[in-house]
Amino acid sequence: MAAEALSLTNVHAFYGDSHILHGVGFSLQAGGVLALLGRNGAGKTTCISTIVGFLKPKEGEIRLFGEPIGGLSPERISRLGIGLVPQGRRIFPSLTVRENLIVAQQRERSTEKPWNVERIYELFPRLRERHAQFAGTLSGGEQQMLAIGRALMGNPRVLLLDEPSEGLAPLIVAEVGRTIKRLKQEGQSIVLVEQNRQLALDVADQAVILNTGRCVFAGNASELLNNDALITQNLGVFHAH
Amino acid sequence: MQFWIIQGLNSLSLGGLLFLLSSGFSLIFGLMRLANLTHGAFFMLGTYFGATALRAYSGLNIWVTALGAGFAVAAIGGLFERLVLTRLKTNPLGQVLVTLGMSFIISDACLVLWGGDSIPVPTPHNLQAPTRVLGFVFPTYRLVLVGCAIGAAIALYFLMERTRLGAMIRAGVDDRQMARAVGIPVSNLFTIVFCLGAGIAGAGGVLGGPILSAYPGLDADMLPLALIVVILGGIGSLLGAFVGSFIIGFIYTFGTALFPELAYIILFLPMIVVIAFRPQGLFGRVGA
Repeated sequence: MAAEALSLTNVHAFYGDSHILHGVGFSLQAGGVLALLGRNGAGKTTCISTIVGFLKPKEGEIRLFGEPIGGLSPERISRLGIGLVPQGRRIFPSLTVRENLIVAQQRERSTEKPWNVERIYELFPRLRERHAQFAGTLSGGEQQMLAIGRALMGNPRVLLLDEPSEGLAPLIVAEVGRTIKRLKQEGQSIVLVEQNRQLALDVADQAVILNTGRCVFAGNASELLNNDALITQNLGVFHAH
Repeated sequence: MQFWIIQGLNSLSLGGLLFLLSSGFSLIFGLMRLANLTHGAFFMLGTYFGATALRAYSGLNIWVTALGAGFAVAAIGGLFERLVLTRLKTNPLGQVLVTLGMSFIISDACLVLWGGDSIPVPTPHNLQAPTRVLGFVFPTYRLVLVGCAIGAAIALYFLMERTRLGAMIRAGVDDRQMARAVGIPVSNLFTIVFCLGAGIAGAGGVLGGPILSAYPGLDADMLPLALIVVILGGIGSLLGAFVGSFIIGFIYTFGTALFPELAYIILFLPMIVVIAFRPQGLFGRVGA
């Protein structure tokens, strides 16, 4: 249980010339949920992009269960067991729901209970109803379920969710929250990027706060709940109750 | 009446041949956003390979030859894509210039290797006897060619729309980066698509041989036809390439028979009209 599922050490990343991540470091315990928090532009999505290989870290180390993955290609990193539910969902619009799932199927032999289309449909019955529909015609909530299902089809060792509640109705947000809890119960290690702090701290064991590309907090999620000063300074413009 | 029916059949067989030429062009253009101007040269290479093999070994079957030439041209295309084109992913002008340059190189190499005279490709013995339908006499080989094109169309449709591989390729077209993030090796798949497109052109070159013969300039005759078909039918649409091939087959055959001096006007005018007024083509997606 003490094993580190994902660890970042002193990671520096750039978009062109602009230095976005300044030595970010944190680690996710196996089977745990880590909430990655921060204001817009704090570097959360850049951090995710660097982990999945869209960006190459200029410096620093990224390890997946001890194996270095920093700077590998996205397909290689995916095959090693990083699953991504990206910001904006990015489902394949011209593929059917079912095709979106089957193209992402991999690593079936890496686990005793691999995900398959049938299990995804059990998790999200709406997707079964829509299985032959083009994914581009789904509602936002359905697309989010599909994006989560697609990531699970790769049987990831670590699942990265980048703002899964963004732009969704409250009822759907609650469903996304329940799904994340259920995956956690099944032992899935998760990094959860969220603007919705409530949702994130509700399920997270650990929390990391980024501010302008630096880690300003890394610790237990529960420590954050009562630390108004830290929250006001790094997350909220207002601290609303 | 005889004239119309015979020319109608000629149109169909040219349409079938054009589909074998342009389906690969359309796949490559639609999926990789790459206007492969080497495509006519791939077709011509196929014809020369076929002519050489069939004349050297008289017992050789044209279908086996087409398959072999298809694989050979696919291999050449694959090397070209891996070694050169992958470096030009974000450089469309570079792609146009490089593929055009490659086409000139292939065409000159063929001239050196096979000389300037046209080399006829023999029609298979068992298809030399004409077929009689409703009192009209048809060249059997041309009928079979139409069947080949229909078979190829069905196989390609099945591959692209009904298999996991096809879905992975389409996922790579929808969102290349995201496809990679779910583990799809997009650049390998694009190489496969390029090989497939080049291979169909090469095989089509062999099958077109008995009608066209192998001659210098065959590439330059075929490339504009592929362009017109794909623009008319819609870029990246297999159905569009199929329908477009037969439309162009008819326009070209009847145009050259009735108004021989206006052939290129009859051919290119529809293309210009389509580009100006319906840029997505007959079956293309908007913005494709």
